[in-house]
Parts: sequence; C-alpha cells; structure tokens
Amino acid sequence: MDLTGILLGGAAAGMVLFVVSVGLSVTMGLMGFVNLAHGAFAMLGGYAIVLSMKHWGLPFPAALALGFAAVAALAVVLERTLYARLYRASELDQVLFTIGLVFVTIALVTLTVGPETQTVLLPEWLRGQTDLGFLRYRSYSLAIIAFGVALMLALWLGFERTQLGARIRAAVDNRRMAASLGVDVGRLFTATFAVGSGLAAMGAGLGAEILGLDPQYPLRYLAYFLIVVAVGGLGRVHGVFFAAILIGVLDFVLKFHFPKGGTMFIYALTLALLLARPQGLFGRKAA
Amino acid sequence: MKSRLVSLFAAASLAAIAGGAQSQTVRIGVKLTYTGVGAEFGQQVDRGMQMFVKLNPGAFGSCKVEIVKRDGKNPGGADSKTAVAELITQEKVDLVAGIIYSGNAIASAPVVDAAKKPLVIMNAGTAWITNLSPYIARVSFSMWHAGHAMGDAAAKTLKAKTAVVGYSDFPPGKDSLEAFKHAFEAAGGKVIDEIPMGGPGQVPDFTPFFQRAKDKKPDVFFVFVPAGDHAVGVVKTYGALGMRQAGIRLIGPGDITQDIKLQAMGKDAIGLVTMHHYHADLDNPANKRLVAAWKQEWGAAATPDFMAIQGYDGMAAIAHAARSLNCKMDPEKVMAALKGWTFKDSPRGPISIDPSTRDIVMNEYLSELVMQDGRLVQRPIATIRGVKDMCKELKVGRCK
Repeated sequence: MDLTGILLGGAAAGMVLFVVSVGLSVTMGLMGFVNLAHGAFAMLGGYAIVLSMKHWGLPFPAALALGFAAVAALAVVLERTLYARLYRASELDQVLFTIGLVFVTIALVTLTVGPETQTVLLPEWLRGQTDLGFLRYRSYSLAIIAFGVALMLALWLGFERTQLGARIRAAVDNRRMAASLGVDVGRLFTATFAVGSGLAAMGAGLGAEILGLDPQYPLRYLAYFLIVVAVGGLGRVHGVFFAAILIGVLDFVLKFHFPKGGTMFIYALTLALLLARPQGLFGRKAA
Repeated sequence: MKSRLVSLFAAASLAAIAGGAQSQTVRIGVKLTYTGVGAEFGQQVDRGMQMFVKLNPGAFGSCKVEIVKRDGKNPGGADSKTAVAELITQEKVDLVAGIIYSGNAIASAPVVDAAKKPLVIMNAGTAWITNLSPYIARVSFSMWHAGHAMGDAAAKTLKAKTAVVGYSDFPPGKDSLEAFKHAFEAAGGKVIDEIPMGGPGQVPDFTPFFQRAKDKKPDVFFVFVPAGDHAVGVVKTYGALGMRQAGIRLIGPGDITQDIKLQAMGKDAIGLVTMHHYHADLDNPANKRLVAAWKQEWGAAATPDFMAIQGYDGMAAIAHAARSLNCKMDPEKVMAALKGWTFKDSPRGPISIDPSTRDIVMNEYLSELVMQDGRLVQRPIATIRGVKDMCKELKVGRCK
C-alpha cells in the first residue's frame, strides 16, 4: 500500500497537470506563442464548471462539457481579436501581453466572484473509495487517472491517425513548409488554441479538489504548467503526458518524505534535466 | 509671574473642559480583515461585537460608544500594522480591538506598545503574543488552550497511545504541535510523526501528507490547520483516503470544525473529535439566546462560531472597563480593569482574564461530531473547566 498510495496519488495530481497543460504544449509548439495566460483560461473554465454546478445544479459531466465549450468559445474570440496581432511580435511583447491578461483575469474574478477558494461538490459516485479487488483507493483519484489516460489515447489517435492531426504535426515541425503545402495555418491556430484552452478549462474543473480554485490559480500553478511543458517537449502530447506523471509523482514523493520544503527539489530537478536536455524528454532538437 | 499664573489657570480650565467633553465617549478602533481571504472571519467577529451591544444595551452604562473600523486586508502583517497605527494616530481611538491573524497581531504589538494603547485581541492565537506588550489583553484563546487540553484528553479519555501530528507551517501551527505534544507525552502517549503541511496562505493538496500519516498507523491523527478552506480540505482528504476505516481517529482544535463551514463538510466529518472553547451547539441559556438572536438577525443558515463569541466577549470586556472607569479610558487603568475581569454569563461558559498573563481563562469542551436529522451536531464528551494558557503557565519556549 505504501508504494501504491504514492504512485496513485502522484499520478492523479499529474493527470490534472496533463489535462491542463497539454493545450499549452501544443499551442506553444504550434504557434511558437508564449501564452502565459493559459492558466487564466483554465481558471475561468474551472469557475464556470464549479459555479454552474452550484447555482444551476448541473451534474458534474455536463458542467465539464459546459466549461470546455464556454472557454473554447472565449478562446476563439480572444485569439482572433488579440492574440493574432502578436504572432509576429517579439517574445517579450507576447509575455507582457499574456501576463497582463492574467492580471486582468485575476482582478475580474476577484471582483465578481470573490477572493475565497471555490469548493466543488463532487457527485456521489466520485466520493469515497473504490474497491477494485486488488486495490482500494480514492474514487476521485482513480477517475482522474482514467480520464487522463483516455484523453491521452484520444489525442494520440487524433494526431497520428487523422488528417487534421497530420496537419497540426506538420505545422508544429515546420510552419513555413506546411503553409507552402496548402495548410491553412491561421485556422489551425484558432482551432488548436480553442481546443487547448477548452481542455485546460476541464482540467481546472476536474482538478479543483486537488489543486484548489481561487483567483490566484493562474499564477500559482504557472510554474508547474511550464515545467511540465518544457520537460515534456513542446508540441509533443505523449511528452506532456509522461512529464506530467513524472512531476506529479515526484512532487508527491517529495512532499511525503520531506514535507518541510520538498517542493524545492522539483525546480532543482527540472533545472538539471533541461541543462542536460534542453528540448525536454521528447522534444525535437532545435533545427 | 502673575500673567504666567493666569495663562496656566486658563490652560488648565480649557483642558478640564476639553477633557470633560471627551470623557463621555469611548472610541474603539476595530482592526479586522474585512476583505480578502479572512473576510468571513472578520465578518463573524464584527457581528459578534454587534450582537453583544444588541443583547446587552446597558452594558456601556452612560458612555457613548464610537467604533472606527479599519481593514487589515490580509494575514501578511504590514497592512495591519499600518491600520493600527492609523487608528491610534489619526483616529485617536482609546483602544484597539480585533485582529484575526497571529502574524498581524505580532506586527501590531510594537505599535500599541510604543503608543501605550490597550489592545484587546479577539482571535490571534499564538501563545506568546500577550508577552509582546503589557498593553495586550486577549479574550479569544491561545493555541495551547485547545492543544494542551486535547493532548491530555487524547491519552486519558480517548485512550490513544500513538499520535501523528499534521500542522500548517506557521506560528499557530507550531504552537499547536508543541502544545499537543507536551501534554500527550506527559500523559504517557508518543507522537510518532510530525508533518508540516504547507503554509496558511493557500490550501495545499493534503493527500501526500495524509498518506504519510495513514501509513504510520497511529491511534489518533491530530491536525491543526487554519479555520476555513483548509479545514474543509482536511476533512475531505481524511474521508477520501479512508482513514477512519483504517482505524485512525481525526482529532484537533475546533478550528477544523468551525461552525460556519461545518455543514458543508458532509458525512466525512462524522466521528471527528475536537477540543474547543466554543461551538454553536453548547447547551447553556446564554448560548441558546445568542444562537436564536443570531439566526433572527442574519438568517436561518447563519450561525455564531468561535470567532463570533470572541467578538462578543471582547465587547463585554471593553464595556466592563468603560463602565468601571466612568468612560475615562486611561490606558493604565483600562489594563488594570481588564486584568482579573470575570464574565460568568458568556455563551461559552464562565471566562476571566488572568491578571498575571492578561490571557483568557475559560472552559474547553471535548466533543464528537454526529449526524442528527441530516445535520452535523457536536455531541459533548467532557468539559474541562478553568483552562489557562499552559504555555505561559509552564513557561515553555517563547512563553517565558
């Protein structure tokens, strides 16, 4: 039970990171755009999910779908109006813009909803423990792990086996070449940005019980999202997946054995790994 | 010489008139976190103060009471220090009251000490805070009141031999750990693990810390986290990891079962054993009256909690000082009036302020949460009477 508890607890946290960060990885890889506001999209989705459950009594799966749709729509609007102007801008401008967006979002949420943490009321079937025969563990964690694995498979199939997936992969590897071959890169950006942000929204709602949900969310977890994306390698879905599990389990193990300051080691490990392998575990070496 | 005598006389009579005009008004400066993470707590204390005045209209005698409020905004300390300084220098209050967070109390102590203004603390629970200035009196609690009493009760009443302690890593948390450990080990128990569980600023994922506690298989798991969202997270994680089924009882000070958050915790909270100086289910006439009046004023879902009662009793203490001093709030005399003050009819039972430590002496109630008609209710197990702050009593660590 010792090891299983740690692996499952860490994997659950890791899965939440995966679901939120996968969108960031793909858009950073695809658009070369440093979107530090990714956490803000996640948070807005999380709030939509939690509040729709609280005030409209939506069941959890419906609320997750609503969160996805709402944030995806918002992402399309923001991408066309704001983000698209900055694709050719310098990285500094992109960073400044997206950080500014984060501050605006934090302030808006604090003003409209309030500064306190939102608690999510999980449906009955997700509470308590599940007995799998060989294993008894927290139902909620098992559900998150199952969801993460399912998502990973769905995305992998999507990228490897569909035309759209092929176009995205091509654009990630070489945007100019893909464009010259007739890929509508602009539409690809918008669609990917929307789906990525929608997934982030679901991740925040799904993980609200583990990562919490309050107005400071985008800044608090920004480092974790970026670590997962960097360690995984830009634009590589399976990379994000394994990096997220790795970070999730490592964080859990460190907090378990060194509760006093264990999280510091994550940063040290990330530093060491990126020094040795700057493209991340699965990334492509810079051309 | 004569002109000097005349001007001296004129000045003296002006001062007497001015002094006379002021002596009828008692100006109370209230510093609470009215916004930010502590907003709900600030509101509870504020309401407690209001409710005291409402239910005891004659308490201040002939004194006119003016309340000036300032927002501490956050537990950081700096904003509170500024707010307290403003209350003293700009608003010229007779005394300062309030303060939710220990960090804020610690930051404000030098200000009231230098200004020689009384400070009546209505929450901040780190034990040695009252040692920071002779102008500080506390009507709320020290972490040691509940922590020490629980350590003793865990060994003697709950018959636990081993305990794991989980605590938030900041002064009240460390205080709570020390208090519990001191008493538990003195009574023959053994603390087999101490787990710092992140800071008070944000609610961490408690899963790794609770998993570690679960693996150690103690008889009891004593947890202190700040009241509010942390407490809700604790109870959820306890339930989610099946710790009760594994035979580990969750115990702690009443911060983890604060009345305003209690009902949201659901069935995971059943069986929790807490030690505290107040909860809304206390069965005495003064409390029944308070709870009824509270719900009438703020709705059936509202409830007083330990912070509210601290606001209530704090006003009672200030009212006593004001009446006994005929509304002339000389700082030294206010402190003398507060020391040794007793209040038999508080909704939390009889309380008094210890003259040697200026800290509260009160009952502690050991209770277990049960579900009754779909509501979580505190079922009394035992009452420990006349509990002092054992940290200062035994002169442990910083409490010398």
